[in-house]
Amino acid sequence: MSMLKDAITSLLGTDAQFVDGYQQPGRVLFCSVPREKFVEAARSMKKAYALLAAEWATDETPFGKGYGIFACYRWGAEYLIVKTEAPADDPTFPSLTKKYVPAFRFERQMQSLMGLTPVNHPDTRPWIKFEDWPADAWPLRKSFDPSQRLARVHGEYQWIKSEGEGVYEIPVGPVHAGIIEPGHFRFQAVGEDVLNLEERLGYVHKGIEKRFESLPWEQGFRLAGRVSGDTTVAHSLGYCMALESLTQCNPPERAHWLRALFLERERIANHLGDIGAICNDAAFAFMLYQMMRLKESLLRTNHRLFGHRFIMDRIVPGGVAVDIEPRGKEEILTELDRLSRDFEKLVVIYEENPSLEDRVRTTGVLKPAMAREICAVGIVARASGMNLDCRIFNPFPPYDQYDRLELDVPVMITGDVHARTWVRVREVRESIRIIRWILENMPSGPISSPVIAPGPDKAGFAAVEGWRGEIIYWLQSGPQGQVNRCMVRDPSSVNWLGLEQAIHGNIVPDFPLCNKSFNQSYSGHDL
Amino acid sequence: MIRILRQIFRTGIVTEELPREADAEIRETGSRLEEAIRRRFRGSLTIRQVDAGSCNGCELEIHAINNPIYNCERFGIHFTASPRFADMLLVTGPVSHNMEIALRRTYVATPPPKLVVAVGDCGCNGGVFGESYASLGGVHKVVPVDVFIPGCPPTPTALLQGILKAVEG
Ligand code: SF4
Repeated sequence: MSMLKDAITSLLGTDAQFVDGYQQPGRVLFCSVPREKFVEAARSMKKAYALLAAEWATDETPFGKGYGIFACYRWGAEYLIVKTEAPADDPTFPSLTKKYVPAFRFERQMQSLMGLTPVNHPDTRPWIKFEDWPADAWPLRKSFDPSQRLARVHGEYQWIKSEGEGVYEIPVGPVHAGIIEPGHFRFQAVGEDVLNLEERLGYVHKGIEKRFESLPWEQGFRLAGRVSGDTTVAHSLGYCMALESLTQCNPPERAHWLRALFLERERIANHLGDIGAICNDAAFAFMLYQMMRLKESLLRTNHRLFGHRFIMDRIVPGGVAVDIEPRGKEEILTELDRLSRDFEKLVVIYEENPSLEDRVRTTGVLKPAMAREICAVGIVARASGMNLDCRIFNPFPPYDQYDRLELDVPVMITGDVHARTWVRVREVRESIRIIRWILENMPSGPISSPVIAPGPDKAGFAAVEGWRGEIIYWLQSGPQGQVNRCMVRDPSSVNWLGLEQAIHGNIVPDFPLCNKSFNQSYSGHDL
Repeated sequence: MIRILRQIFRTGIVTEELPREADAEIRETGSRLEEAIRRRFRGSLTIRQVDAGSCNGCELEIHAINNPIYNCERFGIHFTASPRFADMLLVTGPVSHNMEIALRRTYVATPPPKLVVAVGDCGCNGGVFGESYASLGGVHKVVPVDVFIPGCPPTPTALLQGILKAVEG
C-alpha cells in the first residue's frame, strides 16, 4: 500500500482520480485533481511529510485541451505526481508556495515560460525570463515560434531593497572573477556581515526544454548530456531512463552496470575537483593542485577507455555505446589503488589543518529544518541531516542488490561547509568501493537493446542520483507519439535556494567558500 | 605541516614536459606559445574567460589547462578577473540571449588587441543548442572572433593550440 496514495485519498476522497497506465514506470503514482483542490492535495502531502520534488506545466493544446499543471511529491522511495488542468482561456492555477517553499521558483518559472499565473504567489517577478523580453513571450507554449529572435523591450528588475544606516549593496556578476558560470548575486551588508543575499539566475538560459520538443526521441540524449556538462553522465542517463520507461524498453543487465560505473566515475571526478576548490577558497591552494592532479588522471583514463574525458554521449537510449575490456578493468583497478592511497593522505592533511578547520566549520550553515523546508536534495541535503539517495530509493541494477552492495549513504547534521566537504569525501571512498565491486561482479552480455518509438499520450519518469543529487526527467508524448514536453529538474533548481539561506549571518568574504561548497549548476538551473 | 611538505616533495613536479599523449607536433605548441607570448606580449598573456551560455563542460577543460599537469602559467598565460587587464577573451557557449549584453560590455571593456577566441562547438556555431530565441548560435554573432576552437568540449591540448594560433596571429 502506498503512503502517499492513502494520504491524498483520505483528504480528497474521489476528487483524487488515480490513473493507471498513463505514467511509466508504474511505481510512480499518478493522479489528477480538480484545480480548486490542487492546494488541498499539497496540504495532504505536507501532512504526510512528503517533499516537493518538482512542479511544472505543459501545453496540452495538441490534445485539444488547455494547460496541465503537475506537482511531483516524494516520500522515501515513493513518488506521486498530481496533475490539474487549466483551460486555455483561463491560464491560472493556485500557488503552492504557502505549503512548499521550492514552489516559489518553480511557479515563477512556469509563469515566465508558460504564461500560467500562480494565484496567491507572493512574488510575481519573472524568473529566467529577463525583464527585457517581450511580456507575452512564453517559449514553452506551442504557439511560440522558437526560431524567432526575441525583441528587447525596456524593463527593470525589482530588486529587494534594504535601508538603514550603514547598509550597502554589493552587486556581483553576471561575469564572475573566476572561470565559472554566470549569475548575479546581490548582497545587502552592514560592515562585513551579510544581511541578505538575492540570487538572480537565468543568464545561461539556452531554451533547452523547448529544443527537446523539436528533436526526435532518439537524439534527445545528446542534448540532455549538455544540460550541465559536469553532470553529463547522470543527465543523459536520466533522459534515457525516462525514455525507456516511456517505451517500456529494458536495457540489458550489463548496460545497467556500465551506466553505474560511468555514474560513479563522474561522481569521483567532480567531488575531487570540489574538495580541492573548497580548500582553495579557504586559501589552501595546495589541496586544489593535488586534487586537480588526481582528477586529471581519472579523466585521462576515461578518455583512453571510453573515448571521452567526461564520458559524454556514451549512455544512449537502450543501453550504452561503449563496453569495457578486461584490460580496461585492470587499468581502472590499478588506478583506483593509486587514487585511494593518495586521496587518503590528502584527507588526513585536510583533517589536521587547524587554519582550514577554522574556515570550514560553522561557516555557511544550512540548518536541517531549513534544508527540509526547501526540499533540498543530494550532497546539500545529506550534509544537513536528510537521508536521501536515489541509488537506494530509486535503484537500477546493480544498486538494487542492497544486501550485496551495502551502499553507505553519508549523512551529517551540521550543515556547514565542512559537512558538505565531508559528505563528498565519504562519497569518494564509497564510489571507489562501488567501482571495484562493479568491475568484479559485472555480468557479461550485450550492452544495448533497441528502443521502439513511444505510443501517443504517455508519460515517462526517471530520477537519477547525479553527483550533485537527484535529477528528474519527465517526458510526455503527444497525440502522434512525438515529444510534447521534456521536463528537466536539476538538483540546482532547488538547492540554489539553500545558498541564500546558508549565507545569513556570514561575512561577505566567506561567500565564495559557501558558494563553492554548494557548487550548484547555473546551466542546469537556467536550462 | 610536515605531512603537507612530505606530500609536496613526494609528488614532485608533475607538470608534463608537454602533454604526454602529444607527439612532436604538440611538443612544439608549448615552446612556440612561450616564444610568441614573449615576443608579442612581453612574456605575459592575460586572458579573461567569459561563459556566454556554456554547459560548463568547456569551463572544466579550461580549468584543466590550469592544473599542474598542463600548467599553462609556465608559458606565461594568466587568467584575470577583469577584462580591463585582458589581452584575450576566451568565450564559451552559444551566447545566450540573456548573456549577449554582458558579453558585448566585456568586449568593450577590453583594451586592444582584444583577441577573441571562441571555445567549443557551441562557441563556433551554437552546437547542440543551435540557434533559437534563447541561443544566438555562436560567439561571432556578437563580437568579432579571431580563432575558433571546435570540440565538445575541446581537450586541454586543443585549447592550448587554439590560444597559440590566436597569439601567433
Ligand atoms: S561545446 Fe560542448 S562542452 Fe562546450 S559548452 Fe557547448 S555543449 Fe558544453
